Amino acid sequence: MDIFLVWVDIFRNWLTAGIGVPALAAEIFIKIILVLIVIVFVCCNLIVLVWLERKFSAFYAMRRGPNRLGPAGFFQFPVDIVKMLAKEDIIPKAADLPVFKTASICAFITAILAWAVIPLGKGLVLEDLNIGIFYFIAIGSTGTIAFIMAGFGSNNKYSLLGGMRTAAQMISYEIPMAFSLLGVVMLTGSLNLSDINDAQRNVWFVFPQILAFLCYFISSIAETNRAPLDLSEGEQELVAGYFLEYSGIRYSLFMVAEYAHLVAVSAIASIMFLGGWNPLFGLTFIPGFVWMMLKIYFMIFLFMWMRWTFPRVRIENLMHFGWKVLIPVSLLNIFLTSIGLYVFQAITG
Amino acid sequence: MDKSVDRQALVELLQKKIGVEVQVFEDNTGRSIKVPRSQLPQTMKELRDNEQYQFDYLMNLSSVDYPENFTVVYHLTSMKYKHYLTVKVEISKEEPCWVPSVSSIWKAAQVQEREVYDLMGIIFTDHPDLRRILLPDDFVGHPLRKDFNYEHEDNTGSQTDLRCKT
Amino acid sequence: MTLKQELVRTQEMEINFGPHHPSTHGVFRAVFTLDGEYITKCVNHLGYLHRGIEKLAESRTYTQFIPYNGRLDYVSGMLNESAYVQAVEELMGIADQIPERAQYIRVIMCELQRIASHLVFWASMALDMGGFTPWTYGFRERDTVLDLFEMAAGNRMMPNYMRIGGVAADLNEEFMPALRKFLDIMPKALEEYHGILTGNEIFQARTIGVAPLSAETALDYGISGPIARASGIDYDMRRDEPYGIYDRFKFNVPVRKNGDTFDRYMVRLDEMAESVKILEQAYRDIPEGPVMAKVPKVIKPPAGEVFYRIEHSKGHFGFHIVSDGSNKPYRLRIYSPCFTNVAIFEEMAKGLHLQDAVVAFASLDIILGEIDR
Repeated sequence: MDIFLVWVDIFRNWLTAGIGVPALAAEIFIKIILVLIVIVFVCCNLIVLVWLERKFSAFYAMRRGPNRLGPAGFFQFPVDIVKMLAKEDIIPKAADLPVFKTASICAFITAILAWAVIPLGKGLVLEDLNIGIFYFIAIGSTGTIAFIMAGFGSNNKYSLLGGMRTAAQMISYEIPMAFSLLGVVMLTGSLNLSDINDAQRNVWFVFPQILAFLCYFISSIAETNRAPLDLSEGEQELVAGYFLEYSGIRYSLFMVAEYAHLVAVSAIASIMFLGGWNPLFGLTFIPGFVWMMLKIYFMIFLFMWMRWTFPRVRIENLMHFGWKVLIPVSLLNIFLTSIGLYVFQAITG
Repeated sequence: MDKSVDRQALVELLQKKIGVEVQVFEDNTGRSIKVPRSQLPQTMKELRDNEQYQFDYLMNLSSVDYPENFTVVYHLTSMKYKHYLTVKVEISKEEPCWVPSVSSIWKAAQVQEREVYDLMGIIFTDHPDLRRILLPDDFVGHPLRKDFNYEHEDNTGSQTDLRCKT
Repeated sequence: MTLKQELVRTQEMEINFGPHHPSTHGVFRAVFTLDGEYITKCVNHLGYLHRGIEKLAESRTYTQFIPYNGRLDYVSGMLNESAYVQAVEELMGIADQIPERAQYIRVIMCELQRIASHLVFWASMALDMGGFTPWTYGFRERDTVLDLFEMAAGNRMMPNYMRIGGVAADLNEEFMPALRKFLDIMPKALEEYHGILTGNEIFQARTIGVAPLSAETALDYGISGPIARASGIDYDMRRDEPYGIYDRFKFNVPVRKNGDTFDRYMVRLDEMAESVKILEQAYRDIPEGPVMAKVPKVIKPPAGEVFYRIEHSKGHFGFHIVSDGSNKPYRLRIYSPCFTNVAIFEEMAKGLHLQDAVVAFASLDIILGEIDR
């Protein structure tokens, strides 16, 4: 039993037995608090991530990065947040107002929604759905809508191009992403993320499913719109792509969404392939939550490494790679997995 | 460093072959010839295509506002023979200010003729797209002319401090 | 009309590429007509940085005009200046009186500036592809060059170092050791550049075969410099019509055949290596002696005209100066390589993807200060 769950139980008992709140109301109250905790957790991650990203990019480019506020410039981003919140919210006159305004909120909500099923430790999950991974893939696809809305609503040609690129790119890369996760699902026979995590006690799925892991890694870069596959933002061609016209808090919502999405795909990668909160080398005295965070940040490190090393790919190459390489390879992985499973069952009887 | 061509031979060849009234133009560089403006395109075409000379590269197209006339100066060179030639076209100030365009012979002339038109006000006939290139479309006057009016009210805008007083 | 066109009604879209756009390298503006994301028509609009330097020159004395050169192509000030002072020296007929040491210093400065200019190209080309990291690598060596300029001229970007008849001041004692150090690190740095960018699969996919330029088109458009050499025009003024003392140096002229973006990129990188070779020879041979010829206090070239050009980092950079015998130029025309080179973009962009157009544009390596003058 994780320490967090113990606290939740104590709190629930106190609510129902201590001050006599009805059981259902207490449950709803606790859920609301937990949702808030998750949102705060994601936002805290964001602060660390932005700092890390700036430090990493500085490291690769032989610069210092932020170094004025706080230790190693750590407090630069909180200050930036204040600046961003205080900025004027500029809305273009010709923008499609309802679409323009909801787009940024939509992006934020879809990015946060995925966190409903992602466990960070044993039982540390809002809702341990038995179709968790399916839910994650479904929610991931809806994020596209927010980007298209932003692209159309801004009434800017560059934004429109960015929105259209996002639609093409994200929908193409949904497919190999789902297929690559399917191999793991076949091995465990479950769509529940906690079950998948538990199935990796002995061996991480990254070893039997190395093809799937690579497919997942590449397609999740495309899904999160990060360089080198950030064609929808394409700073040098499309200026900023779909969020070109956004400023102030609306812009920061897009940024939160991007990083929340990044942490989410990293969390899924660690659960599906890197053994989740299972400890490495039998170091069980370190809590599962810490292991999970370490693995998430390892994945994020890989993403950042990619981002600051490679130039942006061409859009034809991106599409060809998605449809002609990743999808066949992920299908091949499913095929190989099923043969492996069949042989394994035939041997063990 | 640079090779000039034998201008006398060139002028004779041009006169004989295409019958243009080309003359040797005496100046300090010693590599100029003078062409009447109406015969400019055929002269230039011959200069580019002639096997002996092959002036296939138009380096510079500039214009000078001399007190007595406008002169359009073409600096030609050849990639094969690496020799130079300066072709000058003089426009008397009494006449309308036009010169036939050579942009069909060298595309390089296209932007440079636009610039000369913009800054010196020489009209290049048969140019495909003769618009101002550096200055705004509603600019009045041609600044490189010596009689350019610095204080034309349409050009100074609201920033009167930027007015150039000479 | 194909079936697709009948079923789907499409519309062309006009889009402004600049003047406020991250990859126009200044205030260049092109209007693209887009079919989807493919460019069907491109129209250049120049002049956002026009300062009328040619007109200004008519009211400045010959010496007063030297600092304006740094404002033309603001990443190769030394080259602009050396073109101008050599043009005036040619006009005055004192080109053969320039002291040896001044000539060598000019060559050193020009080649250093060429390296610096190509480094800006290299760094910004990587940036235009979304590769943010190489930028600082390019600027690291460029900064060393600028430090060298600071030692010699006192200014990093706008040196105002060349003088009619020589150079402004002799090199101080720090300069030669610093130059030696730079010559030692530069070949290694070039290897590093190739490692960061040239060998990259994504980089090659984005450059090889993109926006090819044939030698005929290049010649027709009057393209010069590295772009022409990438298309197979084997012409370098330093070798073919040597000015100054360039005939004393041994170096190769890198020429490539395909004329695509990758070749334009490689030619510049190879040129940097050749510049290092020239610098090595100049470092070895530079004599002691005066750095200024005896020129009159007031520069009054005889009436006449001159057209003088040098091999600039961007192409042939020339001055057509008409003198009426007074102390101010009667007419000064700046032949700018970028001005003619950028005209090719209208032709080149046709049929390109928006993303490739940005890279092709970066490979032209234009500087707006020189185009708009």
